[in-house]
Amino acid sequence: MSFWERNQLKIAPFLFLAPAILIFLVYVIYPIFDSIWVSFHEWNGMDKSGTRANGKPNWEFVGFKNYITLFTDDDEFYVSLFNNVRWLIFSLLAVPIGLALALFVNQRILGIRYIKSLFYFPFVINAVVIGVIFTWFYNPKYGALSLVLGFFGLDPIPMLADESLATYGIIIASFFPGIAYTMILYITGLTGVSREMIEAGRIDGASGFTMLWHIVLPQLRPATLIAIVVTLVGALRAFDLIAVMTAGGPWGSSEVLAYKMYQEALFNFRMGYGAAIATILFLIMDIYIAWFLYRLFKNERSEK
Amino acid sequence: MFPTPIQNYSLKINIGYRVLLVFTLIIWLLPLLAVMLTSIRTFDDVLAGNYWTFPEETALVSNYTAVFADGKMAGFFLNSLIITIPTVIGTLFLSSLAGYSLAMHKFKLNLLVFAMFIAGNFVPYQILMIPVRNISIELGMYNSHLGLIIFHIAFQTGFCTFFLRNFIKELPFELIEAARADGATEWMIYRKIIIPLTIPALAALGVLEFTFIWNDYFWALILTQGDTVKPITVGLDVLRGQWTTAWNLVSAGSVVAALPPVIMFFILQRQFIHGLTFGAVKG
Repeated sequence: MSFWERNQLKIAPFLFLAPAILIFLVYVIYPIFDSIWVSFHEWNGMDKSGTRANGKPNWEFVGFKNYITLFTDDDEFYVSLFNNVRWLIFSLLAVPIGLALALFVNQRILGIRYIKSLFYFPFVINAVVIGVIFTWFYNPKYGALSLVLGFFGLDPIPMLADESLATYGIIIASFFPGIAYTMILYITGLTGVSREMIEAGRIDGASGFTMLWHIVLPQLRPATLIAIVVTLVGALRAFDLIAVMTAGGPWGSSEVLAYKMYQEALFNFRMGYGAAIATILFLIMDIYIAWFLYRLFKNERSEK
Repeated sequence: MFPTPIQNYSLKINIGYRVLLVFTLIIWLLPLLAVMLTSIRTFDDVLAGNYWTFPEETALVSNYTAVFADGKMAGFFLNSLIITIPTVIGTLFLSSLAGYSLAMHKFKLNLLVFAMFIAGNFVPYQILMIPVRNISIELGMYNSHLGLIIFHIAFQTGFCTFFLRNFIKELPFELIEAARADGATEWMIYRKIIIPLTIPALAALGVLEFTFIWNDYFWALILTQGDTVKPITVGLDVLRGQWTTAWNLVSAGSVVAALPPVIMFFILQRQFIHGLTFGAVKG
């Protein structure tokens, strides 16, 4: 037997993995560490060995200075952080609304398949289109919202031009694909709910909300978990809708960490400062990553 | 079944339910209906503030040709295709190889590698932004289709490997053992056993990935400059600035940008939902 034939089983898995690992290391894993490294520097993005017009180097180690500035001397940072919290809390509303809609359409009647897919498909529409549609919807002069308010005799509300409302306006737009997604999850989850347990519950006199809470929801746990994880990760990633609808405005009031990072790095040429914001965002996300991995490996072990 | 089948109730409730269902659906789709109606309105009709009435004079052809008039929109659309299709194929190839390896081979760092792919998948884009942009510039791939394709393949490989590893792990291991006993090479097993059995998962991932990549906005913003490489998401944002209050054109452009994933969704709905809800039933 040749060397290859003898050792194939040991070598093949590494050859199969090599391209995926290599490209993943270069474009995902290495950049994480590089960003953290950049966050300890002041850098305008230019040649690292060059100097600026004022004689200072383009690239200079500053320790924790970027982080200290963020926490002690940047009000916009707190606005962004607080907006991220609002995104986290309010976007979770998509989970119960999706569940309610899923329960509502979970019937066997003629044409229900088509009705369901019409409920689902906003999920595949990209954020730019959603953003454009809702910007127009909120437009105080031409928008449908003003039209509806006018019908009830109310004045137009300039959703996206109002500092205290802009973020909520964008979150509402994010519900459109968000609810479609949680609804898809729950409808699929409902097909897996055990009939026997429902029947047993009925015999015991459970119905309506009691049945939902004690018998159906526990069986929907996997769907709920995925819905929550994906919604939270989506809330922390919120960027596209903000960029399209308000560009962070008015006066930075609808910025979130992701958007502020982009602004600082690419428009203010403060790469180090931007990297520090990204690192904080990454640390927040790490909580979810750790929790998700913990759960996954607990399942992995219990399967063995 | 939960809730109680509607057939168990009176005729009145049955009719009421159906009416409510259609009503809810119309409310749900109202924003999209408005966009579709507006995309066939004339500019005068838009200025008159008409929203819900069916336009007396339709401008379907003239609006949609106007959208494509200066050639930019067609370019953006083509760019989206040039970026999306190779990305989907490349991602499925790399991640099916990796998924087979992680699912069916025992080696020391197996779980660690698997965890790396999963964790990388949740990372916020911003922590990758500066280095990925610099790598692309250094490799001469900034503002090229290839730069976007390679990055998308790298990032999406995390999610797809996770998905395919779990799918392949459910396949009967005896099949592979038998093939090995017959002297099949690992590559032959991958080609002749794993791939054919994984087709449903690959189809599900394929439609999902097509949608994700087509809808990407952030990376196109970071890794492109000017109009030559931009996909339709960023392109629409650019054109919107030119059209300003010509909502009929903005709407027609939006419909064009949204259409390919929507068509794909309606044709391959079963695969799509299978991919999306993987792990939502059993867990």
